[in-house]
Amino acid sequence: MSVIHFVLLISRQGKVRLTKWYSTYSKKERTKVIRELSGVILTRGPKLCNFVEWRGLKVVYKRYASLYFCMCIDPDGNELEILEIIHHYVEVLDRYFGSVCELDLIYNFHKAYYILDEILISGEFQEPSKRSIVRSVAAQDSLVETAKEQTGSISNILAQAAK
Amino acid sequence: MEQLKTIGRELAMGSQGGFYQSKEFLDLVKSIGEARSKAEEDRIVLGEIETLKRRVSEPDIPKRKMKEYILRLVYVEMLGHDASFGYIHAVKMTHDDSLLVKRTGYLAVTLFLNEDHDLIILIVNTIQKDLKSDNYLVVCAALNAVCKLINEETIPAVLPQVVDLLAHPKEAVRKKAIMALHRFYQKSPSSVSHLVSNFRKRLCDNDPGVMGATLCPLFELVSTDVNSYKDLVISFVSILKQVAERRLPKAYDYHQMPAPFIQIKLLKILALLGSGDKQASENMYTVVGDIFRKCDSSSNIGNAVLYECICCVSSIYPNPKLLESAADAISRFLKSDSHNLKYMGIDALGRLIKISPEIAEQHQLAVIDCLEDPDDTLKRKTFELLYKMTKSTNVEVIVDRMIDYMISINDNHYKTEIASRCVELAEQFAPSNQWFIQIMNKVFEHAGDLVNIKVAHNLMRLIAEGFGEDDDSADSQLRSSAVDSYLHILGEPKIPSVFLQLICWVLGEYGTADGKYSASYITGKLSDVAEAYSNDETVKAYAVTALMKIYAFEIAAGRKVDMLPECQSLMEQFLASHSTDLQQRAYELQAVIGLDAHAVESIMPSDASCEDIEVDKALSFLNGYIQDSIEKGAQPYIPESERSGMLNISNFRNQDHHGASSHGLKFEAYELPKQTVQSRIPPATLASTEFVPVPEPMSVRESYPTTIVPSASSDAESTELKLRLDGVQKKWGRQTHSPATSTSSSTSKKTVNGIKQVDGSNTSNSSTWETYDSRKHVEINSEKQKLAASLFGGSSKTEKKPATGHKISKPSSHMVEKSHVRKSSMEIASEKKALVHQPPDLLDFGEPTVQSSDPPSVDPFKELEGLLEPTTQLGSTAAAATNSPDIMGLFTETPGGTHNKDDSDILSSLSKQPVTNMVGGATSTQVAQSSKGPNRKDSLEKDSLVRQMGVTPSSPNPNLFKDLLG
Repeated sequence: MSVIHFVLLISRQGKVRLTKWYSTYSKKERTKVIRELSGVILTRGPKLCNFVEWRGLKVVYKRYASLYFCMCIDPDGNELEILEIIHHYVEVLDRYFGSVCELDLIYNFHKAYYILDEILISGEFQEPSKRSIVRSVAAQDSLVETAKEQTGSISNILAQAAK
Repeated sequence: MEQLKTIGRELAMGSQGGFYQSKEFLDLVKSIGEARSKAEEDRIVLGEIETLKRRVSEPDIPKRKMKEYILRLVYVEMLGHDASFGYIHAVKMTHDDSLLVKRTGYLAVTLFLNEDHDLIILIVNTIQKDLKSDNYLVVCAALNAVCKLINEETIPAVLPQVVDLLAHPKEAVRKKAIMALHRFYQKSPSSVSHLVSNFRKRLCDNDPGVMGATLCPLFELVSTDVNSYKDLVISFVSILKQVAERRLPKAYDYHQMPAPFIQIKLLKILALLGSGDKQASENMYTVVGDIFRKCDSSSNIGNAVLYECICCVSSIYPNPKLLESAADAISRFLKSDSHNLKYMGIDALGRLIKISPEIAEQHQLAVIDCLEDPDDTLKRKTFELLYKMTKSTNVEVIVDRMIDYMISINDNHYKTEIASRCVELAEQFAPSNQWFIQIMNKVFEHAGDLVNIKVAHNLMRLIAEGFGEDDDSADSQLRSSAVDSYLHILGEPKIPSVFLQLICWVLGEYGTADGKYSASYITGKLSDVAEAYSNDETVKAYAVTALMKIYAFEIAAGRKVDMLPECQSLMEQFLASHSTDLQQRAYELQAVIGLDAHAVESIMPSDASCEDIEVDKALSFLNGYIQDSIEKGAQPYIPESERSGMLNISNFRNQDHHGASSHGLKFEAYELPKQTVQSRIPPATLASTEFVPVPEPMSVRESYPTTIVPSASSDAESTELKLRLDGVQKKWGRQTHSPATSTSSSTSKKTVNGIKQVDGSNTSNSSTWETYDSRKHVEINSEKQKLAASLFGGSSKTEKKPATGHKISKPSSHMVEKSHVRKSSMEIASEKKALVHQPPDLLDFGEPTVQSSDPPSVDPFKELEGLLEPTTQLGSTAAAATNSPDIMGLFTETPGGTHNKDDSDILSSLSKQPVTNMVGGATSTQVAQSSKGPNRKDSLEKDSLVRQMGVTPSSPNPNLFKDLLG
């Protein structure tokens, strides 16, 4: 039903970093899907297609540093578009966290979920404007958390120092 | 440097943990990260689950702590463990007043619960309340939950509020409300059918995000009922035009493309609306042509839009100019180095050849390259393309290839698919029956258990019926060759059940027909089969029936029957079988053997599986018996039509599995070929579990010949799955590839080879071509050429040859085409200019200040400023400049590193994408900018020039997809 059936973030070692299921999968199926797909995707060579046909569906994946972002779509979907949706998500994550890295996603996986919820809703791409996504997530944060700002500044200082 | 950054980050994390994540959680994540095996990880997580179980049930947990526990539950669940004990706490959390806590609760429940979970009913009330909240963030959180959790039953509870929210002042809320309504429509169209007009209304929302979101439900609505939305064609076209002309706010640009995601959605909708509708399609030609020209084919997103354009063009009423642009785009995809683009090119080619089959020719070598590519994904896509372009001229090559591939893979899902495709193609285009049988044998051998049983029935029927002509010798030759091949195959160790059934049937019918094999040899083989596959009842049943036929034929021919000892022991075993079906067959066999030659011949005539059997439909010979029974108080016979549900006989195998337990005896074995089964053995006879010899020979004759014929049942079913023999060449022997090659090459010769006009017979021609071939090309190329010729040969007029010397005529023809393209593109350009001056009709999203509707009028420097603005242009020049450590990260990253090393910047790979910007700095950006718009024409000209020279143009941006580090 949905354009995107699920979103998976898997590390190169096969550890799951984020899962979001838009179509209905039982717990057993979920485990199986993750096991099967990480087996297929993590072993693919670097120069091959970013698409895998899998159980009559298609999985579009892209690797950013040590993380694989995977989205599963119907066979008639536009794979290049999905690649860009993944990229869009990564760009928003980057803008939100400020040079995002895997650790950000590990420790703040709930934030990654909130951002994903602004980009995709029930498996459909809903917001093409990066600015409004970040603004809306930030609005939620600022309303409830003042602490974030402080940590943000600490990481900024460190980032400056690192330069 | 990298090290320092990592340390800094961990420090930042630590301090962050002090605010809202405990040390415990950080330790958990860390220990899981360091776990060396899955078992160790599981142990840690199970420990964590125990801790959490204890903690969440403690009284008076502070909210902040509880929130953390819930997040830890989410984490545990994400790792694949069961956290269902905590679901109720997540549900409770959604009731909280604080948005911070509530949001966590909503996040957790949307991740935990599927729409059919029992706990959802406990959340509906909260959702209702939250949808009415005056804080729009609360409303948004609730709407997110609505999209995931509300099911068909609970839709009415929230529907009124969601509809009210469509007019909410905040665009974020309107957008989510639209999506929620869309979700309702998907779950239960009837519940929101009266609200569909809202989607049309929201299409005119003045926020582009809301308009874009509305396209999702509209796409679905249009795909279910095209005709009710034809009136929107003009609106969609006008929106698309405005989007393409950059009238949306800059925030919607993505990698310098104006709102590409919205463009793609619109193109998808237009493809549906224009399908088979000339009038609607004519409205779209201009704008689609515009987008074709404006698309930046050097960026991934540009190609995504281009691909969608091709899909649209191949769906709407064909337009020659657009088809040409589409073909151009496809050839660019196929020539690219990127596997992704090749894949899209193959897919697009598959769409376009439905309309213009001739475009496949110019890409034949590219297609064959893809077919032989090590990348499985690409290979499968190419097989899909081949499947779409199969004709009777190339079916042999294609099916051979498919079968080779089928044998080589292990993935059952795909194996099934490709096997059924092979069968379908073979049935549709088989050049000869013998070839068909060969192919079927291969399919059965390697994917036997994956194919439909009907396929086997069809093949039986084909062997039995032959060609339906009077050519008896050909038929018997076909059968003997089938028997030969099957006896040979029986030597293989493991044969799929379906195939064995087929083999048994054929051996029973025709094993001894040509006198080549003795009855004892065949019966020996059959009992071997029954023994070797002793746990497959169906195969055993087939084997027994086959044995019976062989013996019957022997008796009828007047020969003495000596049952082999192994057959005898087999029969004894079957007579006492638990399967009533097997038992009955064994008893029947016993009875037949005891009869005299005359009786046997009439009940089991040789080669009669296709004969029509004369039937006393009224079963008048039984009248006396029935009369007696009724007088004794038996129930009268109930006609078949009134006994519905009892006779589900479509699947022989199924019936057999349930046979023993349900009604006991099978019905379908008594079904008569080519007749509607009105008269069958009266239930009185069938109901008894023993074999009841009916005294009158007439009825015996009726029942037996039908047991021979499993194909009888297939006959009834297989109307849709028939081998199409009409229009197919009827000749013997496997058609070799060479004739096809020679004909195609000879035709191509005339057009291709401008120097040497070869006229003459096909054979001489083909030989010249062969020598020419071997002289000019390396071995591999000639192989590919041949393959290409046999694949594309059927329709091929021009044969593409890599040899430069002989290419003269082809490029020149290309040049003609090209100049035509140029002319047409200029025409479109002028048309477009005319259109630009038209006032925007329906919708205007343009920002009043932005004057960039017409690309030529864009001030490149202004554009450049926008580019350099660090906040908006992430990942491009600016980001690359300011975040230089990230770029460093790109070079220092070692893919083989440990966990810590992997934490290098994710975006480091990202910043590599706009390589032109990064390397060339501002100037190159400017060039890229100014080359847009009017200079498109120049590049087209250049492209055609390059083609005239016969040089493959180097792909426009080889740096695409370079972010795949490794």
